[in-house]
Order: sequence, then C-alpha cells, then structure tokens
Amino acid sequence: MSKTDSFVKFEKVDKSYDGEVLVVKDLNLDVAQGEFLTLLGPSGSGKTTTLMMLAGFEAPTNGEIYLDGDPISSIPPYKRGIGMVFQNYALFPHMTVNENLSFPLEVRKLNKSDIKDKIEKALSMVELEEFGNRMPLQLSGGQQQRVALARALVFEPRLILMDEPLGALDKKLREQMQYEIKHIHERIGITVVYVTHDQSEALTMSNRIAVFDDGVIQQISTPDILYEKPENAFVAQFIGENNQIKGKVQSINGNNCVVKTEAGEEIKALKVNINSVGDKTIISLRPERVEINPTNSNFENIFQAKIKELIYLGDHIRTRVEVCGDDQFVVKVPNTYKGAEFKEGVTVKLAWKATDSRALNSR
Amino acid sequence: MNQAAKAEILTTDGIPLKVSLRRAERINKFRAFALVLPLTLFIIITFVIPIIAMLTRSVDDKQINTVFPKTFELYKQWDRKELPTEEMYATMFGEIVNADKRAIGKASTRMNYSKSGWKSLIKKSKRKFKKIKEGPYKEQMIAVDKRWGEIGFWKALGEMADPITFGYFLNAVDLKYDSNKEIIRQPENRRIYNYTWYKTVKISVLVTLFCLILGYPIAYLLATLPLKYSNLLMIFVLLPFWTSLLVRTVSWIIILMKKGVFNSILVWAGIIADENRMQLIYNETGTLIAMTQILLPFMVLPLYAVMKTISPTYMRAALNLGAHPMHAFYRIYMPQTVPGISAGGLLVFVLAIGYFITPELVGGADGQLIGHWIAYHLKSTLNWGLCAALGTILLVVMLALYWVYNKVVGIENIKLG
Repeated sequence: MSKTDSFVKFEKVDKSYDGEVLVVKDLNLDVAQGEFLTLLGPSGSGKTTTLMMLAGFEAPTNGEIYLDGDPISSIPPYKRGIGMVFQNYALFPHMTVNENLSFPLEVRKLNKSDIKDKIEKALSMVELEEFGNRMPLQLSGGQQQRVALARALVFEPRLILMDEPLGALDKKLREQMQYEIKHIHERIGITVVYVTHDQSEALTMSNRIAVFDDGVIQQISTPDILYEKPENAFVAQFIGENNQIKGKVQSINGNNCVVKTEAGEEIKALKVNINSVGDKTIISLRPERVEINPTNSNFENIFQAKIKELIYLGDHIRTRVEVCGDDQFVVKVPNTYKGAEFKEGVTVKLAWKATDSRALNSR
Repeated sequence: MNQAAKAEILTTDGIPLKVSLRRAERINKFRAFALVLPLTLFIIITFVIPIIAMLTRSVDDKQINTVFPKTFELYKQWDRKELPTEEMYATMFGEIVNADKRAIGKASTRMNYSKSGWKSLIKKSKRKFKKIKEGPYKEQMIAVDKRWGEIGFWKALGEMADPITFGYFLNAVDLKYDSNKEIIRQPENRRIYNYTWYKTVKISVLVTLFCLILGYPIAYLLATLPLKYSNLLMIFVLLPFWTSLLVRTVSWIIILMKKGVFNSILVWAGIIADENRMQLIYNETGTLIAMTQILLPFMVLPLYAVMKTISPTYMRAALNLGAHPMHAFYRIYMPQTVPGISAGGLLVFVLAIGYFITPELVGGADGQLIGHWIAYHLKSTLNWGLCAALGTILLVVMLALYWVYNKVVGIENIKLG
C-alpha cells in the first residue's frame, strides 16, 4: 500500500474509558490523501471517540494511529496540526470573526501581513468577506458554521476533522452546507474525516463511508456500494429504507440461494453473508426495487400481497403490504396514474429480482 | 404628528389599538403591582426612610438654632474681634435660663464638637444662672465661669450659625472649621480617619485579591471535576457558609493567637523558636486572614456559576488550533470568566469595605476598618452626625466604584449564574 493510500492509519486501536467496556474494538482503518471519509453510525457506536483519538483529545488504550506515516499517539493535540470543526462550532465568543481566524496563525507566530492575507482568503472561501468584525453571536447559525470551517482551514492543516458540524442547522441550510463543504473539499483537495449519524449527509458528501456499530466498523465502502450491496443486516437497515424478511436457507447454488420463510414461501436470493443450508437469515430488499403487478416477466420472485395501508407523500405513495408472512413490507409506488388505482385491502402481485434480495446474516 | 395620527390602527370594533391594548393589559399590570406592593412598602419603611433620615443627620445643624435663635440673630452682627456686647450676653443668659433641659443638653453636646468645654460650661451655667436676678449680665456670667470671658468660645459658635453644616464631613476626613469658618486640618493627634479610610480600602482590595487568587482554582476545579467529586468539594466550600460568622471568627482567634494552634505546630515542628512565636492576630494580618476566609465563598460561587457555563470544547478548539494549554487558558478561558471575576470581586469588595464584626474581634488596634469608628460614634460618643457623615462617604465611595465599574466593564457583564 502506498503512502498516499494510508495518509491516516489506525492500527489495531482499542479504546476503553473504564477498563470494562470497549468503546472501539480492534479498529483498522486507512484514509487516503485527499479523501473524504465519513464515520457513520448511531450514537454510542464509537465514531466520535475515533475522531477524538485522531484529534488527540483521547488516547488509544491500545494500538497506534499514524498520520502521514508517523505515529502520533504521543503528540499532544496542539502539535498535531489537524484542523477541526466542532459540533457547536466552538467559536470563541469574546473574539470577533477576524480574531477567531487569526488565533491559530498568531500562535504559529506568522507576521501580521501574512495573517491578514490568509484571513481574507479563508473568509472569501466561505463567502463571508464582510463579516470579519462581527462577533460570533451576531451571526446566524449557518454563518457561524462557515466561520468555524474557515477557522479550521485558515492555518492550512494536513487534515480536517468534522464532528457532526451540521447537526444544529435546520434541514434546508444543512443540505446547502453539505454541498458547500463538498465543493470546498473538491477545490482544495484536503483530506477530511467527517462524523455524522445522518445517513443522507454521509451519502451526499463522502468518497467512502465507514459504518460503525458497537465499536466496530460494519462495512467501509463507497456510498453506492454501501447502499446497493450492504454486507450485513445492520448496514442494510441503517442506510436507507429496507424490507427485511426472516427465513432459513434451504439450498445454496453458487452465488445464489433459496430461502424459505416462516410462512412457507420460497424466495430466490443472492448469497451474501450466509454459510450453510439451515442457517437463519434475513433477506434485505430495497422498497424501490419491488414492482407491483409487473408487466413483464423478468422477475424470479413473484408473490401475492395484500395492501394494508397507503400513506400519501406527494411524489410517491408509501404502500405497506403483507407478503410472505411479513406485514411491515413497504413498497414505494410513484404517484402516477397507475399508483392511484391501489386501495387498502386489495390483493396485488409483487415481483423482484433475485439479485436485489440479499440474504444476510441474522443477528 | 399628522402622519402618526393617520397611521393609528383601529381594532375591528373601531377602538384605537393602543387603547384596547392598554385596557387588556391593565389587569396584568395591576396584578404585578399588587404582588410587589408588600415588599416595596416593607423596604421603604424599614430601609429607605431610616437610611435617608440617618444620612440627613450628617449635614443637619438645626438643633442648636432652635435653642438659641435670638443669640444667633445678634451673632450675625458681631464683629468677632472683641467680646460680644452686653445685649448678646443678656440674650444668651435668657435663652439658657428658659431653655428646656433636654434640648439644651443636646445643643451643648453639639457645641462641644466645635470647641470642647462648651458642654460643661452650659451645664454649670444652667445650674448657677438661677442665682442671677438682674443685669448687667456680662460681668456676672464671667464671674460664674471665666470661660464666658474667652473670645474663643464665642467664636466657636459661628460654625453653628447655619442650619446646615459640612462640619461632620470635614471631621470624617480629618478636617475642621476654625473659628472663622475656614477649613483647616485637625491637630496632628486627632487625625485618625484618613488613615482608617486608607486602611479600609487597602484591606478590602487585598482581601478581594486574595479571594480571587484562592478562589479561582477552586472554582475551576468545581466546574470541571466529575459530578461525584465536585459535589463533595462544593460541600467543603459551602460548609463555612452555613457556620455562624461568630464561630468562625473566634476559631481564627484560637488558631492564630500566640499560644494558638498554628504557632504551636510551628514550634513543635522546630520551624520557629518558642520565644519567636508570631503575632498573627489582633493586628492587620489577623483581619486579612480571617476576612479572606470568611468572604471566600462570595468569590467562589459567582466564579463557579460562570465557569459552569463555559463549554470545554472552547479549550479543545484552542488546543486543536495549535495553542499551548497555558496560552489557551490565558487567551480563551480566562477572558470568558471575566463576568464571574467582576461579580465576585465587586461582591467581596462591597462586603469587605463595610465589614465590622470580624475586624472588631480579630483586628486589635491596628486592624480596624471604618465600620469600627461608625459603631464607636454610634454607641459611645453618640455623635450621630459624624456617624452619618462616615456612612454617607462609604455609600458614595461604593456608588462611585459601581459607576466606574459600569463604565469600564459594564454592569450587564455581571453574572451570578
């Protein structure tokens, strides 16, 4: 592996706060130079702890972290040269925007004119040139967010960490900021490690996503593979909407298998994360990959289903049906002329491909 | 004006909106007023009125003018170069003989402040003048007591001719009127207040400083320790708060006196010799130590309240941006605690400058603050005018400090929680 492929490297890192519970277990992770990596997971999954260890605010209990090839566990945070955007921005409330931005430059003993240039550059990058003399509390949430970003970038760190930086913004602003951060990353090509619990945020921004649960990376991959090809039930369920049908493996044939549900139906599925015949399994199936009353016959799986509930969501109708003994099965029906025909209690045909139904491990 | 009238908004019923709003709010206003009424009355009756009444005594000089009104009329025409005329002696005589005994007693006390000797002279005269039946009075009065023939006593009356005097205020800063109503310094052996003022301010400043130095780290620990330790520490801070002030002060006497705990430990440990025991109490040192300990919670609590609200991420952010922990503390953490420092500092200073019981008990002769003299004149000499003048100065100094503070720091920056 070349040096740029593991610009940041976690090697066998464990972390425990109390000596009884491991918050992070045997973490091995490589971040390439210029990559935008997101650590995604529910709260308590160890993602923030991982970030804090990288920033230097927490020490690994075991293992080593390398930055650009050098071990950094014994380097204090103020000597690491890593920029960070905090959850509530942590802009110094008693300093103006300019003073906030000049702080990291002053402690690096840059001369006055260089400081001025760099501040101007950083502020223009986040389009806040006019706001240098404001106090942080005189800015809106979105503006504060941008100042925090500018402050983390102004001293040209090797690496930027972001700890749920958009959590305090409303939905619309959050989406706008997602694109802005993504564009800044693309423009200056800095390495970013980003922590969030919001899967859509992770999908929008990242080159790669590491899904954390219970202190362990469940799957690390590009957004599309993570969504289309989840490797276990947790990832399938955590990212995007997902139908899960329980059953037992009846037969395995190469990459394919047949799963028998509790109600007795046989579903043809892709063998992903099962070992042998007789294992319990969960079939994962995205709602948008299911067709109602199909017009062609390209589908390996076709079942009778009964519509239980219709929820109107504007662009599509969320249709809950009972199929294969599962009455929480959801299908997204586009709001077209065809979709309007369905009523509660009507029996329809559901069809999907074997490659879209993934047989995963049962937990 | 015209525009305003045009722009007046009406409700749907055609009543002007402002009138309607006022009507709707009236009941709320009335309720709010009724809620604070008892406390307001209580404060006015027990606090505002007595204080104003007391403070007016610092300039009030009417008492004597009600006892000797005619004498003072004549006094204005007197040239003050030689003894007064027979007419003035006669008037004085008449007013002493006819005066109410209590009133003249009070008046003579006042006269004694401008020249000592007046009180006994009046007392003696009141007793002996009964024997004098008719004039001329001048020689007979001098015969009763030869002080009636001293021009200095007559001149001293001039200071009291006006119903308002600043004599008490002058006294409070070691000045006085001479017999020509010129302001002069008190004789050397009577100058005590300026030195006491200086010491009061000095000790208050030192106590505030010590409280800050001792209290800041404690408050920081309190605010940053995990809850189970910080609760215990908080109890240690508050424990003295719940103990009687008197008990704490007396404990300091036991600890600090020459044969006390502290000295004995030092002797036992061989640090000082038995004959070199330190004088730590009944002087300024004792006042400083005891007051610092007693006022410490007033510094710790506001500091703690402010520090509690400072998120630890600020320090993290500063470290992350490359600042050494000491630098980060100085540039990022400390400025954010300024509201707490000012609140605690102002609180401790205000309490210290008027402190009485502790310096009284542990201060000895050297460690007394201005409160001591206020109490002394209130209880022992009954010179309430001087009491009021000292108190007024104290109040004005406080208000002035408050004003300066507001200009420099801004009162809205004070935070107690």
